[in-house]
Amino acid sequence: MNDVMNATPIQRGSLPKAATHISGLDEITGGGLPLGRTTLVTGTAGCGKTLFGMEFLVQGAIQQDEPGVFVSFEESTDDLDQNVRSLGFDLTDLVARNLLVLEHVYTERSEIEETGDFDLEGLFIRLGYAIDSIGAKRVVLDTIEVLFAGLPNPMILRAELRRLFRWLADKGVTSIVTAERGDGLLTRHGLEEYVSDCVILLDHRVVEQMTTRRLRIVKYRGSLHGTNEYPFLIDENGISILPITSLGLDHTAPTERISSGIPRLDMMLGGQGYYRGSSILISGTAGAGKSSMAAHFVNAAVTRGERCLYFAFEESERQIVRNMRSIGFELDLWIQRGLLQVHSARPNLHGLEMHLVMMHKLIKEYQPQVVVIDPITNLTTIGTQSEVKAALIRLIDFLKTQEITALFTSLTADQTQLEQTEIGISSLMDAWILLQMIESNGERNRGLYILKARGIDHSNQIREFHLTAKGIQLIDVYLGSEGVLTGTARLAQEAKERNVILTRQQEIARKQRELARKRQVLEAQIAALRTEFMVEEEEMEKMMAEAIGFETRLREDRNVLAQPRDSDQRYATPGVNSELR
Amino acid sequence: MVTVNDSKVEIWELRLYVAGQTPKSLTAFANLKRICEEHLAGQYRIEVVDLVENPQLAREDQILAIPTLVRKLPRPLRKIIGDLSNNERVLVGLNLRPI
Repeated sequence: MNDVMNATPIQRGSLPKAATHISGLDEITGGGLPLGRTTLVTGTAGCGKTLFGMEFLVQGAIQQDEPGVFVSFEESTDDLDQNVRSLGFDLTDLVARNLLVLEHVYTERSEIEETGDFDLEGLFIRLGYAIDSIGAKRVVLDTIEVLFAGLPNPMILRAELRRLFRWLADKGVTSIVTAERGDGLLTRHGLEEYVSDCVILLDHRVVEQMTTRRLRIVKYRGSLHGTNEYPFLIDENGISILPITSLGLDHTAPTERISSGIPRLDMMLGGQGYYRGSSILISGTAGAGKSSMAAHFVNAAVTRGERCLYFAFEESERQIVRNMRSIGFELDLWIQRGLLQVHSARPNLHGLEMHLVMMHKLIKEYQPQVVVIDPITNLTTIGTQSEVKAALIRLIDFLKTQEITALFTSLTADQTQLEQTEIGISSLMDAWILLQMIESNGERNRGLYILKARGIDHSNQIREFHLTAKGIQLIDVYLGSEGVLTGTARLAQEAKERNVILTRQQEIARKQRELARKRQVLEAQIAALRTEFMVEEEEMEKMMAEAIGFETRLREDRNVLAQPRDSDQRYATPGVNSELR
Repeated sequence: MVTVNDSKVEIWELRLYVAGQTPKSLTAFANLKRICEEHLAGQYRIEVVDLVENPQLAREDQILAIPTLVRKLPRPLRKIIGDLSNNERVLVGLNLRPI
């Protein structure tokens, strides 16, 4: 479980350390608490000091077979047993196996009269006896400051405590001393003066009615350590600390590509979709189709046989299943097959850090390849912008080290500020797809474009998309002389264009018909003319024939007449005799 | 001064917890002996428990400070810590002083 955290690049110092096996603590301390020394754990009431100490012992006993002694100055051993049982620790069993000794040191001021010089040798003997009886390696003193109330003479107590810590060190046991936090001081009685190797501060803060537990290593002599305040969680598995701020940006960058679940969107993303392990942001106004995009992504992942974890901050699991059915996804099937887990929670169920811790835990348990958070903007209701941003940075870092592809949806409230995410996390994202409602002609249409996609040759085009019973369908928007048109305007424009084409085609056909007609007319005219000409020709020939006949006859007549006059002149027959002349 | 004027003599059972033969233990024992002789002559019993030898008794009797004097009888149980050098306080602690 802890191997994840080992990526945190804290150098392991040469100082020998005792692993606590408290989830996350060994990472921020670079291996655990200083071995053979005393660590002071301080904090206000109810911040988890006792539990911290107890888990140190229980984990030591279970994981490393190191027996431990728990000295309680407040709770009786029965109370202790009861209190930690809810966290899965069976103290009775550990005691029976000689891995644990519970000592209840009880002092009642009113029963004690001080009559002179004393020391705490009795405590030393008790402790020494307990340690020796099981060969303890770990000791917890909870809360030793109670002695100040139970015994007179603080002067002696201080000297004795100083001696006690030295004595513990001589014993070679790794110990935790818990203390109440004082006003402006780490501890009420200044114990930090004596315990100077390692000081851990636990805190339990209420911000806007939400409590978050935090842990900080105030000091760790001789060792590097994480200096931040780390949120931690106490649940049925004990304490988990989140050292999520990885100190470097050294996660691997897989080159594998995975589908967005929408083929045309994959085409827009260089034909192959997103990079595995990248973080994808889908932002848009209400009803723009963010969750549907997420459902596509989930569907694609699950179809590939990957596990998917869906964190829903708005809808319940049933609601998501029902709503996604309307666009053709049967998420129920995936849930039943164990490929999809939906975790719905109202953001204000608990604080931001708690959410983060919960997510970490679930991710670690379920080991998904794909995580969806829908929507991240709801987290702003439980934290300031910077807190949410910091939390998301940690989450994204964590997901990247796990090579988990994460899809976040983000609600943009204001149409005019589309290219701003509310929490300013866009810089953390590898790909950002913006869903936009395009409003015109009395309707709203969905538009989509890729605002950025690191390392992917992506399309710069705006696409319109429809939510159909078969999911999201991407459609080309109308790009033309009239600008970008979508929806019915696009349809109208397309119809208009079709009309124009039709009209033009009809015009051509009409012109062709007209031409044909003209040709016909012309041909008819030609035929008529030809007929007329033929008639005329005939006439002419007839006339000519008549004329020739007349001439011949005339000449013959003349010849007939000339004979009697014996005329020497003969009229040649035209056409026949002319050549003879 | 308290004297036992009852006919039946009440025995005081006192137990002194020490840790080895330290100067403090020795002082405490000497002081206790003196006070008992002065106030409880003949009707007291002192048991000295060395926790170094019987460490488990530290747990059973809830002993932290050394030396600790426990008045086991008469009831109620009373605890006095320190080397018993403050006479007044010992008397108050043991409830030997008349009120």
